[in-house]
Amino acid sequence: MTALLEVEGLNGWYGRAQALFGVGLSIAEGEVVALLGRNGAGKSTTFKGIAGLLDRRDGRIAFDGMDVSGLPTPALVRRGLAYVPEDRRIFADLTVEENLEVGRRPPRPGTTPWTPERLFALFPNLAEMRRRRGGAMSGGEQQMLSIARALMGNPRLVLLDEPSEGLAPKIVEDMALAILALKRDGLSILLSEQNLHFARLISDRAVVIDRGHIRLAGTIAEIAADPEACAAYLSV
Amino acid sequence: MSFVFAQFLTGLAGASSLFLVASGLSIVFGVSRIVNFAHGAFAMLGAYMAYSLTERFAGPFGFWGSIVLASLGTAAAGALVEMTLLRRLYRAPELFQLLATFGLTLVVEDLVVVVWGPDDLLGPRAPGLAGAVRVFGEAVPSYDLLLIAFGPIAFGLLWLLFHRTRFGTLVRAATQDREMVAALGVDQRWLFTAVFALGAFMAGFGGAVQIPRDAVNHGIDLRLIVDVFVVVVIGGLGSVGGAFLASILVAELDAFGILVLPGVSLVLVFVVMAVVLVVRPFGLLGRPQAQARAVPEPDRRPWAPLPPPARFAVAILVATAATLPSWAGDYLVTVASEILIVALFAASLQFLMSAGAMVSFGHAAYFGLGAYGAALAAKHLGLPMLPALGCGMALAIAGAALFGWFCVRLSGVYFAMLTLAFAQIAWSVAFQWTAVTGGDNGLLGVWPDGWAATPRAFFWVCLASTAAGVGLLRAAVFSPFGAGLRAVRDSAPRAEALGLGRAPVQWAAFALAGGVAGWAGGLFAFLKGSVFPDSLGIGTSVDGLVMVLLGGIGTVSGGVAGAAVYKALSVWLVSQTDESKLALGLAIIGLVLLLPTGLGGAAGRFRGGLRSRAAPPPAPAAGPAR
Repeated sequence: MTALLEVEGLNGWYGRAQALFGVGLSIAEGEVVALLGRNGAGKSTTFKGIAGLLDRRDGRIAFDGMDVSGLPTPALVRRGLAYVPEDRRIFADLTVEENLEVGRRPPRPGTTPWTPERLFALFPNLAEMRRRRGGAMSGGEQQMLSIARALMGNPRLVLLDEPSEGLAPKIVEDMALAILALKRDGLSILLSEQNLHFARLISDRAVVIDRGHIRLAGTIAEIAADPEACAAYLSV
Repeated sequence: MSFVFAQFLTGLAGASSLFLVASGLSIVFGVSRIVNFAHGAFAMLGAYMAYSLTERFAGPFGFWGSIVLASLGTAAAGALVEMTLLRRLYRAPELFQLLATFGLTLVVEDLVVVVWGPDDLLGPRAPGLAGAVRVFGEAVPSYDLLLIAFGPIAFGLLWLLFHRTRFGTLVRAATQDREMVAALGVDQRWLFTAVFALGAFMAGFGGAVQIPRDAVNHGIDLRLIVDVFVVVVIGGLGSVGGAFLASILVAELDAFGILVLPGVSLVLVFVVMAVVLVVRPFGLLGRPQAQARAVPEPDRRPWAPLPPPARFAVAILVATAATLPSWAGDYLVTVASEILIVALFAASLQFLMSAGAMVSFGHAAYFGLGAYGAALAAKHLGLPMLPALGCGMALAIAGAALFGWFCVRLSGVYFAMLTLAFAQIAWSVAFQWTAVTGGDNGLLGVWPDGWAATPRAFFWVCLASTAAGVGLLRAAVFSPFGAGLRAVRDSAPRAEALGLGRAPVQWAAFALAGGVAGWAGGLFAFLKGSVFPDSLGIGTSVDGLVMVLLGGIGTVSGGVAGAAVYKALSVWLVSQTDESKLALGLAIIGLVLLLPTGLGGAAGRFRGGLRSRAAPPPAPAAGPAR
């Protein structure tokens, strides 16, 4: 099985400080992979590095078999790689519908294109607030909108940075159901998590990152069953 | 009463004209965060093009077709500028974009003279609208009524564009978070180009519809850009609705100010702007700017006082400079005196900008106050030169303390605009208070004392002043006070947590910089033997900015080098060519593109490059083994 996304030897820097050291991971078509690690382990940096949002990085990134290491962010997105940032970054002055419009890209041949109506079915909360300003939404609603906005680009792979962070337990549950629905649809997802429980609900495999290095990789069940690894890299 | 109403309509017509141009500036700023100094030049270009086209094509179709063509031509020019120049500068500190667009303004000012000549050109009347309409018995030009309609129509069309089209939605999204728009797959290059073209179109249209009302000349760009800055700042940067409200406010103030308070009509608008900024720091409808993305400068070395060898080298340099009168002629010595004076002025602005991160667009106010203070003391009190210079400096410090108290409450672009407003107030006072300042005729016959009257002696006075002034400013930067100032610059909340208030520290720095600029201004008055309102004008302020940026804003005293290069270049160009502004503008643009960190930054990089070649950076550390 060829990987949809393959990252090899990814190094990343903030200014002079190196934050990623030879990160490697891969995701197959239709797979959900969790990138696990503590605060500051390098999860968000890995995502930014893949999405081309770090000022300085090197390493090889292949998407759908093509080397995309040198491509700017918009070109990556047009090829089908979407990025949902940790801080959601909703356009606060734009309505829900307008936020979705910003994310809209042409349909991808052979797939059902995402429309606001389809997304409102996936996230029913959003349907009730189409005209609401992004700035006037709760954190959970913003998180859903941020994911929905990324889906409007009809991606093949979504980089989902800490989707459960700071959300109420009920909303986390809704989020897990929505992600499982997307997975059934055949979407590939790389998500980052500190919450092993949440990751177990939805992921096939997991990769553990600590201090910018990949420490472990395996099925989510293997990682969860390894108390030593959990203690060393995940628990607080 | 009917006269008041007619005056009100005149004001509304002016408001429409202002709004057309100002909306473009606001839109461009909103998306690109570029304060486009060349926006007035675009409006001027639109007016000139419309003039030529209407000369050729008569009739209603000819006239309005020409206006639209001229606007499209301006939009094309804007797109070209964005693609060839600004696109290379988006990652540079935002002031470099200002510098580049200022250079562009100079280029356009000379180009229009080359193409259209230096004389005022009066365009044709609009077909069918040449007459006047009786409104309550007063004649109101029918063209004014049409202009009054243009404002709301343009506002409505812009609203539809921004709220009912995909393009508009993307623009509004980019105004809030450019990076996220890119992360959603939107290629920002075309978005920026399109926005810039739209802004230029509005400027061009605003300029073009003026030709039946006002003569076109090559100076309207500066007048326009100041008016439009005022409108955009009062309305709130990036807010089209705010620009609409503010243009009505400003134009009506203009229309009625001249009736009610003719003596201070020029001051009025700027007083209102200052009041608005003090009460609503982000303008009427503006919003606090998103925290500007800190430009990471990982390679910047921390500032340090000059080591002894470098101090010795500076001493040698000053001593060498002191020998200039023994081998150079009087003309060269006088030019050198002028360079030293502007270097001192630039050094004071540099202190404010680099150590204090306070980018003043109105630093000339204190230069000019120093000049007027010294000249008045010498003429009316009969003081000798040095006490007169002291009086000028005292006046400048007083002015800087007064204005600065308000200014330090703001930051960023709004700080810059408030300093500009205060400088324009000072300029208006100098311009209109003829009894004391001589108005446009200035104060003449301000000559140095006998002992300093020769070019050679005066040069030494200037050299001593500049050396002492720059030394004083450097000492201030490295004193505990300067450390506090830099702490406040780097992180105001952290400094405040240490008990270091932002406003008092910045206020003191503002007054100090004002005092040094005032001394330079006094010297300038004695060098020229006269003072004119220009010395407080926006041109002088911009000159100071250009010198600091050329010298490198990240340096402690690069402005001195910037001043030397800029002033020498401009003096030399004026002597060499009639198109000196064109050449100077091209030189500025070239320098910005080639040396985005300024001359001082380039020198620092060169030194850094030598050092890093001598000692390669350590290899990346291997990850901790577990």
